[in-house]
Amino acid sequence: MAAKNRLAVNKTYKLYLGGKFPRTESGRYYEVKGRKGALLANASRASRKDFRNGVVAARKAWPGWDGSSAYLRGQILYRIAEMLEGRTEQFEEELRIQGSTPSTAKKEVAKAVDLLVHYAGWSDKYQSLFSSVNPVSTPHFNFSVPEPTGVVAVAAPEKSSLLGLCSAIAPILAGGNTSIVLASHSKPLCAITLAEVLNSSDVPAGVVNMLTGFRDELLPHFAEHMDVNALLLCSDMEEEAKMVGKRAAENLKRVVSHPDSALEEDPYHILDFQEVKTTWHPVGV
Amino acid sequence: MSADPPIFPDLRMLSTIDQVGVEERAQRFQARSIKSESKLSALKLAVTMLDVTTLEGKDSPGKVKQLCAKAKRPLPEDPSIGPAAAICVYPRLVRVAKEAVGRSGVKVASVATGFPSGQSRLKERLSEIRYAVGAGADEIDMVISRGKLLHGEFRSIFDEIVRCKEACGGAHLKVILETGELQTYDTVRIASEIAMAAGADFIKTSTGKIQPAATLPVTLVMLEAIQDYYDRTGRMVGMKPAGGISDAKTAIHYLVMLKETLGKEWLTSRWFRFGASSLTNDLLMQIRKQQTGRYQSADYFTKD
Repeated sequence: MAAKNRLAVNKTYKLYLGGKFPRTESGRYYEVKGRKGALLANASRASRKDFRNGVVAARKAWPGWDGSSAYLRGQILYRIAEMLEGRTEQFEEELRIQGSTPSTAKKEVAKAVDLLVHYAGWSDKYQSLFSSVNPVSTPHFNFSVPEPTGVVAVAAPEKSSLLGLCSAIAPILAGGNTSIVLASHSKPLCAITLAEVLNSSDVPAGVVNMLTGFRDELLPHFAEHMDVNALLLCSDMEEEAKMVGKRAAENLKRVVSHPDSALEEDPYHILDFQEVKTTWHPVGV
Repeated sequence: MSADPPIFPDLRMLSTIDQVGVEERAQRFQARSIKSESKLSALKLAVTMLDVTTLEGKDSPGKVKQLCAKAKRPLPEDPSIGPAAAICVYPRLVRVAKEAVGRSGVKVASVATGFPSGQSRLKERLSEIRYAVGAGADEIDMVISRGKLLHGEFRSIFDEIVRCKEACGGAHLKVILETGELQTYDTVRIASEIAMAAGADFIKTSTGKIQPAATLPVTLVMLEAIQDYYDRTGRMVGMKPAGGISDAKTAIHYLVMLKETLGKEWLTSRWFRFGASSLTNDLLMQIRKQQTGRYQSADYFTKD
């Protein structure tokens, strides 16, 4: 039978930068092992140059993503959920070979889809929730509105490789930011497959850039890059947070720390990467 | 005038350009590895070769003054960077620029002769040059009549450049070939020969208003023309690629090509210029990156 003699076609897990799937410019890779130590795949080991290219792509994509209507961003987030739903089996399989039981894998994928739908809904509503008209004692109409911070670097949760990743990037996207994401080191497979989902969901090129590699190698550059406006660090290690805080101080980067796990669905996570703009408008003129 | 009158070049001596060969060769220059100190010194050199340019309808004296300040001291916190070679403006703004650069050593260049199309009468084009020189321009960037060149009216182009050179007096003349409109490398080569023979101090690729502007292969063709002209006559001619060079990496490719084609003698702002507006900030950002190890952001560099 032909099927028996078929040559295995293994997937090459590459990076996702500016809407393309390039190999790392460094030519390096690392081995991803399964539960019993079996080789699952070779993942790209991104370099700081790859990160830099990601920042350039994210910066270029930002005006377009920020400028698109909140309603459209919601539709695109919903479309990501649709695409993810359609590829449930592939994600479950990847979670299983990386150590999840079939039932937890199934739950995780379903939760990730629901989470995306949740933030899709918020994308054109959080503005009204977080805006305010402020009472002031001068004859001014004074109001505050949230605006996206800009380019956000994300060190995604290590343990929760799909749900954790989605819970980190969905609020950032809903809020009109663009991002460069470092996926879980030990479980990178879902991240690159998610990038394929993003790529087919009308997410403009450069809005999400996905890297796989070594966190201790890349994180200092995440913190230091002057063109990164904010950093989301999902980590339980105090040392790491301290190092990031120090290096991020140079350009007053907004640093947000979360534990190394999936974040709850919550519109306040959108507010993590918003800057509040207050306008004083004279009245009676 | 002590010099002999310019003589029209013997174009029969020109061989045809090997298009594939030139493009292949130009690509090789992009494969050099220029790192750390060599990169830093290349970046610093490139800053001193900048013709900081603004050629827009909306240019104002304020904008020109601002650019002059930037040309004089590109990186405010570091006086060892720059100054740029020149500031390049429209004739009406020469006086403003001249006053703003003062004695800093930054030259004032003016485009003239019906820039960018060159489609006006020679009389007006010459008077534009005289006006710019009278206002204090040190260098004149003229455009040639591409239509005539493509018609094969080579003598007419030659005479035109000779007349412009006379009108310049002591000012340096840069001749813009507008290679994006010249169709083939052979035409570029012919135009280069005519311009140099007619007395051009510099030959320049483009106005920046037509795409494609400067490319590595077309610059290589012109550099080789300069080399051959130097071998024949002993006179050095400068080169100015302009338009489309917006990042530091590309600028370094040009410097590599310059060094490997014409040699060290040309590796100064006296003989090589970049005509660019957005290149300045990318060079400065790369310099800061080399110095600090941090990737930089455009937010922290002045826009003009």
